Amino acid sequence: MLKKLLPLVEHALKAPVWDCRMCGQCVLHSTGMTCPMTCPKTLRNGPCGGVRENGNCEVKPEMKCIWVKAYDRTISLPLPKVWKEHYNDIRPPVDMRLEGSSSWINLVTKRDQQTPAGWSLKDGSH
Amino acid sequence: MSVLREKLEHTDDLVFTAEFPSIDGGGMAAVEKNAARLAPWFDAVNATDNPAAHAHASNTTTAIAMKMHGLEPIMQIVCRDKNRLAIQSDMMGASLHGITNISLLTGDDVTAGDEPQARRVFDVDGIQAINIARGMATGSYLSGRKIDPAPDFYIGAVENAGAPPFDYRIQRALKKYRAGANFLQLQICYHPDRLEAFCKGAAELVPDLKLIPAVALVKSAKSLNFMNDKIAGIDVPAASIARIQSASDQREEVYQLTLELAKHALSLPGVRGLHITDFRHDDSLAQFMSDLARVPSY
Ligand code: SF4
Repeated sequence: MLKKLLPLVEHALKAPVWDCRMCGQCVLHSTGMTCPMTCPKTLRNGPCGGVRENGNCEVKPEMKCIWVKAYDRTISLPLPKVWKEHYNDIRPPVDMRLEGSSSWINLVTKRDQQTPAGWSLKDGSH
Repeated sequence: MSVLREKLEHTDDLVFTAEFPSIDGGGMAAVEKNAARLAPWFDAVNATDNPAAHAHASNTTTAIAMKMHGLEPIMQIVCRDKNRLAIQSDMMGASLHGITNISLLTGDDVTAGDEPQARRVFDVDGIQAINIARGMATGSYLSGRKIDPAPDFYIGAVENAGAPPFDYRIQRALKKYRAGANFLQLQICYHPDRLEAFCKGAAELVPDLKLIPAVALVKSAKSLNFMNDKIAGIDVPAASIARIQSASDQREEVYQLTLELAKHALSLPGVRGLHITDFRHDDSLAQFMSDLARVPSY
């Protein structure tokens, strides 16, 4: 029941404000409250090389690059320090199976932190 | 054995890399002709992966053909056309043919090319792809499935020092290094000040990352305008375009501008070489290399 209901509630709350795409692995807190899934290339680790001179998106010239926005907000918004520190995290590939599920449940169950066995960073972390 | 790795990791020598022209028609003869032109001057040459979102002979097959004709390839893989499975099989396939220099980048969007109707993939991003390559080089696919013996990859990446947000680009260089990149080829940059700020910052923050800025040999102010308007992430200052436009000999003036940019780039901290994209296809490449005090190896 909760599994069905929560995604609806989560989307209803997050879509109007952050244009949430229900990837099921929410990283909003670490990206200056800017949803990386609204990047046309769905990049999770920062801006591509195509950002325009005015800071707008390579793909959608009328839209500010979401990673430029995220960067500005990380600097300017009064977010908790740990959130800001997470900005430079290396975020693992999206688990496509979680699309449409509630990131709240996935957070509580730690399902959103599961990465494939071969995913590890140089310093040994995941 | 990768000459690129050997030079960058075990010597203080500068390395020179170039862009291999995309192959459409022309078969092996076209590969041979281009290889003969580039081989004397370059330590390694990029085999691109559908650059600017245009289909061409594939990255892997081009890299194999280049190798057959005496070039050391740096095989690029972009995230636009392939999901994580295809990216890994590209790398494993390259390794099968003794190709070890792999450079991973996010890539231009499909809308930059001649088939904007295509589905864009971006299943993983450039940084994730770099880390997947590093995982393979340490003995497993992303799934954890073992690869024994592990492929001997020398991993690279690309960054654009000339695109906003400028100071954040340095953080991205660090991220790419942390993900597994050893060298970083930079996008062509017509703003020496931006390049300088980036290289200084990166040399301080990520001293082990080998930086390779890029310049393009072009013919005229028209080519500069084209790059400014059409290539995502490249901005050419109006003053530079005006300088070329008002010159009596545009070819010569733009050559001099490029030489100035190249010499400046090579003087910057952290810089271990130069990448050259030759859009002129005339005898100026040999001149350019000589002006940079390079001696050809035949
Ligand atoms: S410019 Fe920014 S928003 Fe647009 S595709 Fe690149 S990273 Fe994404």
